[in-house]
Amino acid sequence: MLEIFTTFASVITYDLLQIDRETHLAEAVHFFIEDTTKIFFLLTVLMLLVGFLRSWISPEKVRHWLDGKPKIIAYLLAVILGAVTPFCSCSSIPLFIAFLSSGIPLGVTMAFLITSPMVNEVAAILFGEAIGWDFTLAYVAVGMITGMVGGALIDFLKLEKWVEPFVFTVKKSENDLIEPKLTIKKRFSHAWDETADILKSVWVYVLIGVGLGASIHGFVPQEWFIEHANVDNLLAVPLAVLVAIPLYSNVTGVVPVAEVLIAKGLPVGTTLAFIMSTVAISLPELVILRKVLKVKMLAFFVGYLALAFIIVGYGFNWFYQ
Amino acid sequence: MKKVEVFGTGCKKCITTEEMIKNKAQAIGAEIDLQHIYDPVEMASRGIMSTPAVMVDGKLVHKGGLPSDAEIEEWLK
Repeated sequence: MLEIFTTFASVITYDLLQIDRETHLAEAVHFFIEDTTKIFFLLTVLMLLVGFLRSWISPEKVRHWLDGKPKIIAYLLAVILGAVTPFCSCSSIPLFIAFLSSGIPLGVTMAFLITSPMVNEVAAILFGEAIGWDFTLAYVAVGMITGMVGGALIDFLKLEKWVEPFVFTVKKSENDLIEPKLTIKKRFSHAWDETADILKSVWVYVLIGVGLGASIHGFVPQEWFIEHANVDNLLAVPLAVLVAIPLYSNVTGVVPVAEVLIAKGLPVGTTLAFIMSTVAISLPELVILRKVLKVKMLAFFVGYLALAFIIVGYGFNWFYQ
Repeated sequence: MKKVEVFGTGCKKCITTEEMIKNKAQAIGAEIDLQHIYDPVEMASRGIMSTPAVMVDGKLVHKGGLPSDAEIEEWLK
């Protein structure tokens, strides 16, 4: 079904624009047209579906479900729910305070907060379509395990001391679970608004991502990657993670770049490390979290994630060799 | 007079929600006591974790995302 986008790109590139098939430019233009149309189409359809389905899940319900569960189950639930529960970054502070004040352990709360931006169901499907479903599985698993281990580590090291003390003085809410009633029609219209919202905020990332992907695809020769970023180059993984820390992109923008990097022969582990680091560590999010977490905790957070992604990178490179 | 509270940490959507309610009240001539609560501690202690959220006379009517025009009118009537 998705071949229609390849055909569409061929018609535009070769017939309409009359670009010579054998040129770098043709390759880049073809890639750009095919990927932008395909990603925007998939994104719209998937977001509508996902938005509708997850109108049954909310942070309030997650808190309720996590309450009083044994730790192992709470961690598992926290990362699974983290992967599918959306919350706007401006809600992360009330969410953090409400979780802790109702007795959810700091580690479980952090596991939820770490996983949520990192694992994104739409990106998971885009990866499957562009790169392969084993890559999707690796992406989701790595995201969840990183969140769980990170949370457990915070728990084990008793890092409550790195949380701003006022958080622990907040009393538990008496309204345990308040949900406004939603009709099916309202759920659809919310899914529609959400999709429009997300498209509005990610389209720039997608265009930049596809543009970058298209230029690499058309103009950077494969030999360059084989020479500079092969599995034997041990510096490649840490370098990919460090370069990605200040880069922040929505995960959907990373998909076309990852697709090209892997096609050009960049090892899977190195690519995965680069993606995770780009998506998980964002400066604006850190600034917001500073209201409830001390600088030491934020440094620990960034350091832990960077280290985790480096280990993931080496691990996958070794495994796929 | 209805008491309408908008909960939001200062993000764009929260401010838009407040303005939408203010404009609607003026348009239909409803007298309301409109408050915007920015304090995350108060939100947490009232059980709110998705912003913008709206309470009318202490009852939660909306959370997460912008409300529609028709919804607002329903609350203010």
